[in-house]
Amino acid sequence: MADAMLSLRHLCKSYGALTVTDDVTLTIPKGEFHAIIGPNGAGKTTLIHQISGLIPSGSGHVLLEGEDVTRLPLPLRVRQGLVRSFQITSILPGFSVLENVALAVQARIGTSFRFFGRAAAEERLNAPARAALDEVGLADRAETRAGLLSHGEKRQLELAIALAAEPKVLLLDEPLAGTGPEESAVLIALLQRLKGRITILLIEHDMEAVFALADRVSVLVYGRIIATGTPAEVRDNVDVRVAYLGEEVT
Amino acid sequence: MMIRREALPLLLFAFFALMPIAASFGPESYLLALVTRVMVFAIAAVSLDLILGYGALVSFGHAAFMGVGAYAVGILSSHGIKDTAIQLPVALAASAFFAVITGALSLRTKGVYFIMITLAFGQMAFFLAVSLAAYGGDDGMTLSGRSQLFGFDFIKRDRAFYYVTLVALIAAYALCRSLVVSRFGRVIRGARENPQRMAAIGFPLFHYQLAIYVIAGTLCGLAGFLMANQAEFVSPAYMTWQRSGELIVMVLLGGLGSLHGAILGAAAFLLLEEGLSGITEHWKLIFGPFLVLVVLFARGGLIGAVERLRGKGGA
Repeated sequence: MADAMLSLRHLCKSYGALTVTDDVTLTIPKGEFHAIIGPNGAGKTTLIHQISGLIPSGSGHVLLEGEDVTRLPLPLRVRQGLVRSFQITSILPGFSVLENVALAVQARIGTSFRFFGRAAAEERLNAPARAALDEVGLADRAETRAGLLSHGEKRQLELAIALAAEPKVLLLDEPLAGTGPEESAVLIALLQRLKGRITILLIEHDMEAVFALADRVSVLVYGRIIATGTPAEVRDNVDVRVAYLGEEVT
Repeated sequence: MMIRREALPLLLFAFFALMPIAASFGPESYLLALVTRVMVFAIAAVSLDLILGYGALVSFGHAAFMGVGAYAVGILSSHGIKDTAIQLPVALAASAFFAVITGALSLRTKGVYFIMITLAFGQMAFFLAVSLAAYGGDDGMTLSGRSQLFGFDFIKRDRAFYYVTLVALIAAYALCRSLVVSRFGRVIRGARENPQRMAAIGFPLFHYQLAIYVIAGTLCGLAGFLMANQAEFVSPAYMTWQRSGELIVMVLLGGLGSLHGAILGAAAFLLLEEGLSGITEHWKLIFGPFLVLVVLFARGGLIGAVERLRGKGGA
């Protein structure tokens, strides 16, 4: 437990009588690539929202490196190193690709209460941004308006923005959603490269990708984690087969 | 690209700078007063464009800041304090203070609620001014003269006041221009495009939006200071909600989010008002449809129309 990077303790969330997250407890050690799978409506995205601070938790705690961040709002969690991506691509369409990433660098280093000087010309911001773009393979699109990128490229940009924030823990909400086979291959290769370097919590529908990438997998059904283990263990778990993988495996 | 973009504001400022020379061949004091008024409102419109155009915050109470700035001049001078060295800092500080209080509350709301709450604060300022019986109440009050600078009547002559106003406009414009491309301005522009994304990168937007709201309010207070001196009169009419609406119309008419568009919009609005009201007392019957046409057909306001024409010419 000493090297736990992210711990969830008895996390709950209800909307009226509907319990969306039901007593989720999970510990992710430093450097682990952890995936959460589950059928539609299992509460995966709600869980990510709670961990990232986009929505408040009903009860329970989120700990980052042992520190309780449950009460911190989203922007301050990001500054602590808990960074997320969005299921529905969330970029600044009117900004250049480079500026999208440079803003994440700007949030991380130095103050943004600086009223003079052209931010777009600051090499201190642009150089790390270019490095992040290089990492995701978008370097040659740096000057393009982000709104003009293809869907797959937008997903790459989303990752570059998250990386530029230098996360300790990266929360990825279905990074492969809506991508074609070629685009998803690019993204999977990218995630493979990140594996081990950053602690990652991934939510994903693409089972093949999950089983190929994850060190450990948790299965979420009706807001509850019903199993956690290596991909092989989870695949063989009877409960999981009944609850979720059933129709695929038989 | 850069040269083209900067050409229009330079042209505007050159026109303002040379206008008094042309005016000396005509009805000089009338023209000086009219264009001074245009420049004063241009400062207010530029400051509104900062939050409306760049921050996407539709403030429907912006005229209140003009009123606060103007009343600072009026109240101080009625007590015999007529020096700019005191009046201007007080006017700016009062506007900034009003902006901090109203902004801190308004910015907790979004969309229509933000419009309503800024309108409500604007009305509060208006009725507060109406209730100031000692300072003219409903009727307002006439100043005993323009502000001085270290005992010297530096803006007593209309032409001097005209150029002081022009300098203030250029300074306000330059400040805003620098602001919108700075790190701070980039955060504000980012929040306009996608606030959730900005929060997820690590920006607590409230702080930044409050800062831009205070900057805009303070600049508008400067316009109020000039307004009081221009008219040598202060009244609650400066902060009616209609006036706030007019400021929004100026920004939209000129073109949202370009700064010099707001200057053009203020000029077009006031000159049209002046010109049309000279033709008929029902000038709003012409002015109204004109605004509708601009909004419908010249997307991006007058600036948008100018840039489209240029684009066609260049291609």
